Amino acid sequence: MNNLVSFIRKEVTLEWRQRYAINGILLYLVSTIFICYLSFNVRSNQLNPITWNALFWIILLFTAINAVAKSFIQEKEGKYLYYYWLISPQTLIISRIVYNTLLMLVLAFIGYGMYSLVLGNPVGDPVLFLFNLLLAAVSFSSALTMISAIASKANNNQTLMAILGFPVILPMLLMVIKISKNALDGIARGESYDEILTLLAINLIVGAVSYLLFPYLWRS
Amino acid sequence: MRKNWWKFLTIALLFYTIIAGLLMEVPRLVILNETIRALYFHVPMWFGMIIMLGVSVVYSIKYLRNPEQKHDDTAVEFANVGIIFGVLGILTGMLWAQFTWGDWWSGDPKQNAAAIGLLIYFAYFILRGSLDNVDQRARISAIYNIFAFSALIPLLFILPRLTDSLHPGSGGNPGFNAYDLDRRLRMVFYPAVLGWTLLGVWMASLRVRIKKIEHQLDL
Repeated sequence: MNNLVSFIRKEVTLEWRQRYAINGILLYLVSTIFICYLSFNVRSNQLNPITWNALFWIILLFTAINAVAKSFIQEKEGKYLYYYWLISPQTLIISRIVYNTLLMLVLAFIGYGMYSLVLGNPVGDPVLFLFNLLLAAVSFSSALTMISAIASKANNNQTLMAILGFPVILPMLLMVIKISKNALDGIARGESYDEILTLLAINLIVGAVSYLLFPYLWRS
Repeated sequence: MRKNWWKFLTIALLFYTIIAGLLMEVPRLVILNETIRALYFHVPMWFGMIIMLGVSVVYSIKYLRNPEQKHDDTAVEFANVGIIFGVLGILTGMLWAQFTWGDWWSGDPKQNAAAIGLLIYFAYFILRGSLDNVDQRARISAIYNIFAFSALIPLLFILPRLTDSLHPGSGGNPGFNAYDLDRRLRMVFYPAVLGWTLLGVWMASLRVRIKKIEHQLDL
């Protein structure tokens, strides 16, 4: 537990010291949003809610894949050996998932702010929408962290990251989009319980499987 | 001879399925009409696929516990046959949907889930293709196989039940147990499931043996 906290703190400090990585992802996110805004060529609040919703989540999905990909892919071999002596694989995967969740949260909130600034904000139930952003951050990071660990072992891993990640994350994405649509329409929150529970259940499965499988991946 | 009894059983069951499935009396139901016979060919494909992929995951787990080449071969070949069953399941389903829903692809949750499921396993084969080292390929693809299978289950069994679907057995539509699977259908349906599954096992075991010969020739 103590290891876990200090490892997460180390990741955050490291990220803060070499800000170019997180700044790169942020710029990627903001540019994508801006490109979408210019391509649609609309004045704000004119996008129909379904398009608004789908576009927002597609942008976040691609940002997530790029952001999480660097958690294992862009790391030097020597660093792995170093971690290997220091901590158990379970600690490593959990701390990476937690760290990626934090990263995704920051990206999701900034993305939401920027997106609603240029493309309008038709959200009817902001509390549910923000809660959904939190759920999405957890889901994306729990599924993609393991995928990025798998992809890092292969060559040509950026493409691999995407094709391995998409089908696995799709069930989660569908649930998230549905909750988000409910939040946009501002309908009663009870309507979303089923989806929230399913999403949490899928997260639990994926998280548990990652926890069990990562030590095998780690050994090489 | 005694070891091969199940192969004769497979042939007998499949002949029975095809002949009885196409010729025997079936319940007359509106809209479904004669397409109800898809039950003998379409539904067993999904049973077969889930069973084949299940076996594949079991061998992947075995490989992780005890890294032997033969476990990896078995896992891959069962996944291969599982994919063939999945593709056939989608094609037969589309044919059926064309007659009953009026469109080859109507974006039904079950159709979408099946397509995503196949994408997962295509990604599995691409992952295998991009790893050079034999041991590493076996281990990492075993890990992805287990990971993907556990992501596939909510997709195939939970999500379509949450949304409205025209598919029998979900979204309030009666499944095949409710009214339409009467005694006459069962008499062909269960042998059909068994027959197609055994055929899948047969195909996979042949492929595993070919792989084994290839490995021995390599050495």
